[in-house]
Amino acid sequence: MGRTLAEKVWDDHVVRRAEGEPDLLFIDLHLLHEVTSPQAFDGLRENGRRVRRLDLTIATEDHNTPTLDIDKPIADPVSRAQLETLRKNCAEFGVRLHPLGDVEQGVVHVVGPQLGLTQPGATVVCGDSHTSTHGAFGALAFGIGTSQVEHVLATQTLPMTRPRTMAITVEGELPDGVTAKDLILAIIARIGTGGGQGYVLEYRGSAIEKLSMEARMTICNMSIEAGARAGMIAPDQTTFDYLEGRDHAPEGEEWDAAVAYWRTLRSDDDAVFDAEVFIDAAALSPFVTWGTNPGQGAPLSASVPDPASYEDASERHAAERALEYMGLTAGQPLRDIRVDTVFVGSCTNGRIEDLRAAADVLGGRKVAGGVRMLVVPGSVRVALQAVEEGLDKVFKQAGAEWRHAGCSMCLGMNPDQLAPGERSASTSNRNFEGRQGKGGRTHLVSPQVAAATAVLGRLASPADLTDASATPAPAGV
Amino acid sequence: MEAFTTHSGRAVPLRRSNVDTDQIIPAHWLKKVTRHGFEDGLFEAWRRDDDFVLNHRERQGATVLVAGPDFGTGSSREHAVWALQNYGFKAVISSRFADIFRGNSLKNGLLTVVLPQETVELLWELTEADPGAGITVDLPAREVRAEGVVAAFELDEHARWRLLNGLDDISLTLQNEADITAYETSRHSFKPRTIEV
Ligand code: SF4
Repeated sequence: MGRTLAEKVWDDHVVRRAEGEPDLLFIDLHLLHEVTSPQAFDGLRENGRRVRRLDLTIATEDHNTPTLDIDKPIADPVSRAQLETLRKNCAEFGVRLHPLGDVEQGVVHVVGPQLGLTQPGATVVCGDSHTSTHGAFGALAFGIGTSQVEHVLATQTLPMTRPRTMAITVEGELPDGVTAKDLILAIIARIGTGGGQGYVLEYRGSAIEKLSMEARMTICNMSIEAGARAGMIAPDQTTFDYLEGRDHAPEGEEWDAAVAYWRTLRSDDDAVFDAEVFIDAAALSPFVTWGTNPGQGAPLSASVPDPASYEDASERHAAERALEYMGLTAGQPLRDIRVDTVFVGSCTNGRIEDLRAAADVLGGRKVAGGVRMLVVPGSVRVALQAVEEGLDKVFKQAGAEWRHAGCSMCLGMNPDQLAPGERSASTSNRNFEGRQGKGGRTHLVSPQVAAATAVLGRLASPADLTDASATPAPAGV
Repeated sequence: MEAFTTHSGRAVPLRRSNVDTDQIIPAHWLKKVTRHGFEDGLFEAWRRDDDFVLNHRERQGATVLVAGPDFGTGSSREHAVWALQNYGFKAVISSRFADIFRGNSLKNGLLTVVLPQETVELLWELTEADPGAGITVDLPAREVRAEGVVAAFELDEHARWRLLNGLDDISLTLQNEADITAYETSRHSFKPRTIEV
């Protein structure tokens, strides 16, 4: 019987297999950041252990870093201490680190791919759930906890139980103005936040094959929001073209050998998935969330659902709670929802194509009065590229704030937060209660919808901007 | 890791589904660099409400959390597990846990027990009717017991053995270091390196 992509990559990394034990998997790339590593390094120290493979380990600073005044000392002493702890640990153990101010600094899941370190057929781990992003290259990429971070540092392996596999086949053509973000939000709304539990998702089909690497990363990034262990897309020419010439991509004969191997990394025709989902790309439209988990979403053209329409008691209860928290009423058209803040950034939508898409919509327009728009590039490299293309000017002229790279308002560990009751349209990945600041309310959207929303001050798609009846929401309402 | 065998304690009924890790421990707590001191961050936003179940007098000292489905979704932060343990919880019961959270809990000796939603409902009713009611989580027997409830649960043999003995994964893996070394010599030469060594 044939094997799926996930099974092939898994099998290629088994260090040890024994009856009644999880497989011991070798890890090709371990990414570190300041939040989930301090206790792991402490564990190494307590047990007199070293980092087994410094050459497969890399660290950056992202969650806590400020996006303003980065040349000044970090104001929050606790954040500063955490960054200093990472610097001290990396120096002591010899780990390569890209700290704040470095040209390779940025959100860990933006940095790995852009350095060419994320490659097809690799196992990638990081103490961060959005490690699933790297699956866009046909890598098997898992988010792990701090105990596992310590385990990988000490042994370069992880004991893991083999996941099941789910194929998500998306056929057809995405309509104009419908993006990878809309697609993944629609998938999560369909299968639910627990729908991928225990599975590695493989996205496939003609609509996926047509996506750029950056769009594929947006999709795989949010696999975790469907509860999945990982998300993957088979590598193809798009993948190879993205990688060729990057800092850590193989060269010459090594490149040829790598590509020959990478070409074998696709699910066999007779491979059997444990579950399958089919999506018709042509039926999709811009998609936004109305609730407090990423599965609570609907097409932008729809209205806030009535909790009474849910048959399942716990879903009904969750919808009731969500509407209360979000300050919404059933039946309210989603397009009528006004926002105070628009955030463009994160490991979901903080790459150059995302900034281009947002700038494209904003060009020659203004952010509505009373709306604050933050544009936070995913990495310093993305920022530099954007500046080279003049995107920063587009944002600034529109009245948006152009910030330094980092996680920023995606989780509000730095000063970029929503105030209680404030509402955002955000290109990030989580609309949990308080995620972007205590009492803050988050609607997840694509970069295009974020930009159009900034202009109109209410949830909107770019198509709404050309509609003659479209006017900005009056300020202060 | 602390060994887990059998635990009996009073319960806290948490009638909510999709309790994500941002609710269990908000991000600003993640700046701490230790594994302790997270107890005050546990469910921080909800605890500001006096009516929140954890704040009820009769729930003080309870050690078994009985939660709705999809507990622990969201981030990989192990701080969520530490916060529950620091607060005093020894076991969490739910009909479904997020994968990473479950993995983290079992690595720290916090027993996460999967029971059918109907059983969870029974336990909720029991502890709501009588906050003093005890729930026993018996790992050797793989069984949860309370008045009128005897429910078997599954846990793979390997995880159970590690928990019962409080074994540390890293030491176990290092017993097979020769396998790791052998694997390392067979890796493709085109695989990337972050630094030259
Ligand atoms: S951008 Fe957001 S989701 Fe991505 S790593 Fe940072 S905090 Fe996590």
